[in-house]
Amino acid sequence: MKDVVLIVTAVVLTVAAAGAIVRIAVGPSLLDRVLASDVLLGIVGAALAIDMAVNRHLNNLFLLVALTLIGFIGSVTVARFVADRRGQANDS
Amino acid sequence: MSRKPISLRTELPLLIWLVIVWGALWRDFSPGNLLFGALIALVVARIFYLPPVELSGRFNVLRAVPFALVFLAKVVAASFQVIFLAVVKGPKVVNAVVEVPLRSHSDLMVTATGHVLSLIPGSLVVEVDRSTSTLYIHGLDIRDEADAAGLRKEVQDTEAGLIRIMGTKAELAALEAETAPPRAATKGETP
Amino acid sequence: MTPDAGGVDAVIDALTAVFLVLGALMSLTATIGLLRFPDLMSRMHAATKPQVLGLFLLLVAIGLQMRQWWVWPVLVVAWIFQLLTVPVSAHMVGRAGYRTKHLHPELLSVDELEAVVRRSANDPGEPGSAVELDNVLGLGETGDGALRGTAGQNLDDRGDGRGDQGESKG
Repeated sequence: MKDVVLIVTAVVLTVAAAGAIVRIAVGPSLLDRVLASDVLLGIVGAALAIDMAVNRHLNNLFLLVALTLIGFIGSVTVARFVADRRGQANDS
Repeated sequence: MSRKPISLRTELPLLIWLVIVWGALWRDFSPGNLLFGALIALVVARIFYLPPVELSGRFNVLRAVPFALVFLAKVVAASFQVIFLAVVKGPKVVNAVVEVPLRSHSDLMVTATGHVLSLIPGSLVVEVDRSTSTLYIHGLDIRDEADAAGLRKEVQDTEAGLIRIMGTKAELAALEAETAPPRAATKGETP
Repeated sequence: MTPDAGGVDAVIDALTAVFLVLGALMSLTATIGLLRFPDLMSRMHAATKPQVLGLFLLLVAIGLQMRQWWVWPVLVVAWIFQLLTVPVSAHMVGRAGYRTKHLHPELLSVDELEAVVRRSANDPGEPGSAVELDNVLGLGETGDGALRGTAGQNLDDRGDGRGDQGESKG
C-alpha cells in the first residue's frame, strides 16, 4: 500500500513538474513563467507533504509554509516589476 | 508614536491568531506555552504598530460554519471546473472581465470578498477600485451576458454571506432591507 | 502507514492513500491547465485553484496519519497561510497581466475594465490625493454608482505606471 501510493504520487508529481518546466521554457511572457514556477514550487511542497504523511513526521511543515511565503513574495515582486517596466516601455 | 492606542477589543482577533501561530510553531499547546505566547503577542502588537484593521465587532458563528463548508465545497468544485475546462471542453475558453460594485466600503470586507472570490470556481480579481469599492473580476468561461450576470450575482451573494458573518450593523441592515421583499427578513442576528 | 493493519487503521490508511493520490493529481491538474489554456488569465485560474485544494488534501492526509490532536491546529495554520497568500499573488500577476495586455481581447466576451482604463487615460486632469480622499469620504454616504465617473481617475492614481496603458489602446 505504502509503496503503491509512493510510486503513484511520485509518477504524477514528476509528470506535473515536467509540464510546469515546459511552461517555464516556452511560456511566451515573463508572467507565464512566474506562474509556472509558482506551480513548480507547489509541486515541491506537495512532495514534502507526501513525505510527511507517508513517514509520519512533521519536520517539513514549516519548510512548506516558508515555500508558500517565498512563492508569494516572488510572484508579487515580479508582477510589480513587470507592470512598472512595461509602463515605461510604452512611454518611449 | 502619535497614533491613539488601539483598544484591546479591536486587537483581540490579531492576538488570538498570533498565539495560535506561536503554539503551532512550537507544536506545543500547553497552557504555559500559550500564556508565554500571549505575552509575546502583546509585546509584538505594541511595538510593531500596524494600522488597525477596522473590525465590525460582531461575528456570527452560526452563519460562519455553513459559509465555511460551502466555501470548501466550492474550492473543490473550482479545481474540477479547471480540469473539466482544460481537458473536456477544449482548451479554448471564452472569458470576461466584469465590473461588480460591492455594497460594503470597509477595506476588510472588500479584501475578504476578493479572497473568497479568487478561490471559488471561475472568478479572479483583476483590479480593485478602493474608492468606489468596485471589483473587476476575471471570469473563466463566461460566454455571454447571461453568464456575466450569473457571475455578478455570485459575487454579490458572496459579499452578502460575508456581511451576514462579520459586517457592521449598518451594512447588515442595508442588506436586510434589500433582500426583504423577496423573502422575509431573517431575524435573530445577535451582535 | 502501518503495514498489515486492521479495522480502523486500515480505513484511515485507505483514506490517506486516496487523499495523497488526489492531492498529487491536483498538481497535475494545475500543470495540465497551465499547458492547455490559451491565455495568461485562464492559466492563472489553473495555477491557483488546484494548488489550494491539493495542499488541503495533503494536509488532511498528514493529520490522519499523525493521530495527535495538536497536529490539526498546526495544519490549519499552514493552510490558512496559503489561503491568504495565493489570492494576493494571483491578483498581482493578473493585474500586471491585464496592464501589460497579456490577455487576448478576442477571448473575452465582456470587458468592463477596458472602458474605465481608457477613460482614465484620456482624462487630462488627474486629481491629487486630497481630491481623491474627498471622493472616498463622499462616497461613503452617496452609495454605489453616484461617483462612478471618478473610478477611472482613482484607478489611475496609484502611481505605478498605470496611466501609460491607454495610449496604445485608444
